[in-house]
Amino acid sequence: MPESSLVKDGRSSSVEYGASPLRQFSQSSLLLHRNSYMLSTFCTEHNVQQCLSHINQEISSLGLPPVWTESGDSSELNIVAVLNCMYDLIQLQRRGLRTLESMEVEQLKSSSSIDHLQLTITHLKEQLELSKRENTGLLERERQLQLKAKSLQSCLKNEKEEVQKLQNIIASRASQYNHEMKRKEREFNKLKERLNQLLVDKKEKKQAIDVLNNIGRADGKRSLWKTEKTEAKHEGEMYKTLLSDYDARHRELVLENAELRKVLQQIKKDMVSILSSRKPAAKSDKPEHSGVQATSEEEEEEEEVFDSSKESVELYCFHAREKLTNSIRLQWRRLKSHVERLDSQASLVQMVESKNTDAVPQETQEEEMDRLKLEIQQCKDFIQTQQQLLQHQVSSACDEETASLLSNCYMLQEKERLGDEWKTLEEQRKIFERERKNFTEAAIRLSHERKAFEEDRATWLKHQFLNLSPFADSKKTPLLKSKSAFLISAETEAAATVAPEKLIKCPSDTASPTPRCVALASASTTDLCRTLCFIPENSSVQPKTNGEHVEESGTFCGDVFVQHQQWEYSEDHTLSQDKNSSI
Amino acid sequence: MNFSEVFKQSNQLCKVSPDGKYLATCVQYRLVVRDVSTLQIMHLYTCLDQISHMEWSSDSLFILCAMYKRGLVQVWSLEQPDWHCKIDEGSIGLVSSRWSPDGRHILNTTEFHLRITVWSLCTKAVSYIKYPKACQKGIDFSRDGSYMALAERRDCKDFVSIFVCDDWHLLRHFETETQDLAGLEWSPNGCVLAVWDSCLEYKVLLYSLDGRLLSTYSAYEWSLGVKSVSWSPSSQFLAIGSYDEKVRIINHITWKKIAQFQHPATVESTKATVYKEVERRPAVGTDEMSLHNITTGSTLFNTQSKYEICSLPVQVPVVKPDPDRANPKIGVSVLAFSSNNHYLATKNDNMASVVWVWNMQMMSLQAVLEQTSAVRCFQWDPCHPRLALCTGNTKLYLWSPGGCVAVQVPTEGGFQVHSLNWHCSGNSLILLGKEQLCLCYMETDEEDK
Repeated sequence: MPESSLVKDGRSSSVEYGASPLRQFSQSSLLLHRNSYMLSTFCTEHNVQQCLSHINQEISSLGLPPVWTESGDSSELNIVAVLNCMYDLIQLQRRGLRTLESMEVEQLKSSSSIDHLQLTITHLKEQLELSKRENTGLLERERQLQLKAKSLQSCLKNEKEEVQKLQNIIASRASQYNHEMKRKEREFNKLKERLNQLLVDKKEKKQAIDVLNNIGRADGKRSLWKTEKTEAKHEGEMYKTLLSDYDARHRELVLENAELRKVLQQIKKDMVSILSSRKPAAKSDKPEHSGVQATSEEEEEEEEVFDSSKESVELYCFHAREKLTNSIRLQWRRLKSHVERLDSQASLVQMVESKNTDAVPQETQEEEMDRLKLEIQQCKDFIQTQQQLLQHQVSSACDEETASLLSNCYMLQEKERLGDEWKTLEEQRKIFERERKNFTEAAIRLSHERKAFEEDRATWLKHQFLNLSPFADSKKTPLLKSKSAFLISAETEAAATVAPEKLIKCPSDTASPTPRCVALASASTTDLCRTLCFIPENSSVQPKTNGEHVEESGTFCGDVFVQHQQWEYSEDHTLSQDKNSSI
Repeated sequence: MNFSEVFKQSNQLCKVSPDGKYLATCVQYRLVVRDVSTLQIMHLYTCLDQISHMEWSSDSLFILCAMYKRGLVQVWSLEQPDWHCKIDEGSIGLVSSRWSPDGRHILNTTEFHLRITVWSLCTKAVSYIKYPKACQKGIDFSRDGSYMALAERRDCKDFVSIFVCDDWHLLRHFETETQDLAGLEWSPNGCVLAVWDSCLEYKVLLYSLDGRLLSTYSAYEWSLGVKSVSWSPSSQFLAIGSYDEKVRIINHITWKKIAQFQHPATVESTKATVYKEVERRPAVGTDEMSLHNITTGSTLFNTQSKYEICSLPVQVPVVKPDPDRANPKIGVSVLAFSSNNHYLATKNDNMASVVWVWNMQMMSLQAVLEQTSAVRCFQWDPCHPRLALCTGNTKLYLWSPGGCVAVQVPTEGGFQVHSLNWHCSGNSLILLGKEQLCLCYMETDEEDK
């Protein structure tokens, strides 16, 4: 029971989502029920017992444990049992509802499927009807076609008969025509005959030859009487010409034959020479073979044949000719087999060769192999580098030669990016420029201040000097002076239009930066940081007015970088220059 | 190439003597004999009527002039100009007259082919041959002049009679297996006689001199058959042109076909060279089109021609024959072997403007000459492999294995070449117009050297 319910639950839950309106409906109906119960009170104070018993009965009929047990004297309502029962009832109710829902859904489904099936049935029925109709149509057509075929066959028969008739007619006409022709021709001949006769009978005078004097024969001979002798002579001459013609033809043929025989002989000789040169080699190759005897026999036979053929040239008779052709045929067969063998050998030899080369000159082989491997490696490396270069070229936007469409796009992107960068850099540069200006102004101010300060200090020192003993102060003044002098000199130097290299050199020449800083710091400890910044600033600003070389570095790099650079300047001049140029 | 002046001529009767010394021309009823080298008139004979046929005797001593309308034949002697001979066939009529090979007999065919009259100039004797057949080529003399083959028709059957020309002795007489014999021709060596049936049946029969049937050849049935037959000078080949636009070459040993030459409308043979005549009218400016030019210059209307070698394949102009008419203009009608047996020139009637030259050694097409107009006549040089042809215009065309050339005949009045004849030496060519003739001299380098 619980299992089935569980299954049902699963099913119903799956169905519930689909049929939410249905559930709503059932709930509303339940509510209605409740209301009706409320109206007609089932249980009052008076009929509790009956109600109880009734309910108990009902419940027991439902197969639930009794709510109320009559335990002797007092009939008490077992609240736990009641609650359990109620719970069970509710559960039952729910389960019932759920099953109802699922049943409803099932029913809907089945009804829809029934509809569908009905539909399909009707459809199929229609189809059946249609196909039946078609079938009848086709049958009808077949019948018609058969009828047509029959009619055509009869037509064909008729036509054939017609053709036969026409042929007969033609044949009869032809025979008639031939007959007529013959008749006409005969008639014509008769007429000719008649005409001839008439002409002969008439003894027409007109037909005559009128020659001044007879001329001699072309050959100068006199004409001869027609006798049997002349006849025989003519025959003889005729046969003579025929004979001479045949003779000439025969001679031609003989010549041709001789030529062909010569060619044949030549071919044969060549064949024999080729084959005989091969034979000993073959023999030496495999002397242990059992076929030695056979080959020797063959050779003998061959020689014999050859000899006989040689004779045949002289003999010139049918027998010899047969022998010659036979021998040629034999040779040819041998040559063919030889060539075939050579073919098969060639493949064999290739294999053997490969083996041989492996076995015999192993060292050279290995060397060769190594060399080849090396070469292959080199080639591979070469190919790789080439590929890399190619890829590099493709990826780098600057390559325009091999720029394909893709690379072009890439380049454009790159360009845009670079442009943006350029812009930002430009902005930065402007900012820097402004800052630099500020700084220079500040520096100027500072120098002024310093001057003022110096002056103040001088006055103050003077005061001190005047106030204190002349000995105690006499040590300090030269030091200070020297310092101030150094500063001034540095400034003047920087201010003066000197080549940046010189400018940069001078501090390193005079002193390392640290002592200088210290010196400056000693001058004004508070401005240490600022001075630290200034020094490179000074050096970079001033050359800006003078040389473009350093200006670039100034414009491109932030002040920190410039500072760093300044350090580098002091350390290694050439290196920094390289960097500049690279930038 | 040089050209002589133009002479008058009528009926295209103009022949060089067999020895090549004299040129005889007929002008109306006069016979003019000239020296070929000088073109001076040697003799002038006057006949009784307009000459319809003229022929030299084999020894170049006599000239026969036939006037068919009057049934008359007159013979003139070159050696004795005052010698004369007149043969009158009388009321029986005359349709053909020819010399016998010995040059002492004249064979006259009477009207209706009633008989052939053989007149002897030596003895004035006359003999008759009855039942000659009226056909394409019913009479042929062997090349050495010893035999004559004659087609006869008796009792609706074809026969061939072979006569010894010496004394007109009938050597052989045999029936041929033909429905309707159309022609016969001796092989050049005089040993084989080729006999062919009428165009209704493709049948060629080969007879030996002694009347034995050597072979029968038939390429196909039920269609129009043989149109032309020609022996090669070596007697090795017999070329048969037929209505199916093909030439079949038969050999002299087995008498079987060894080659077949087709005349396709599209020339695709890679071995062949196609020469196409291209006409170019001389560019004349409008100012030059003056009356003077038109009246005086025949050159204005003359077009220049040249040959262009076409790249293959080439489409050849074809005229479809009318199937309803008899003797349709289709098929190979003319066959000519070159003197050295190496080439064969043919003409297919439905491609009238094209001459085909075949190489007999390779048995393949060598050249195709496509003219702008229909080819009237072509003839091989008797000494060199050189073909001359004309198309009825003012040009002479020559083909040789080396190439092709078109030459304008430089005569006034627009000399139109209708026919041509080679001189037996091959050095000159006689060009015949409608009523004129002109000699064309070839430049021979060998002679100059």
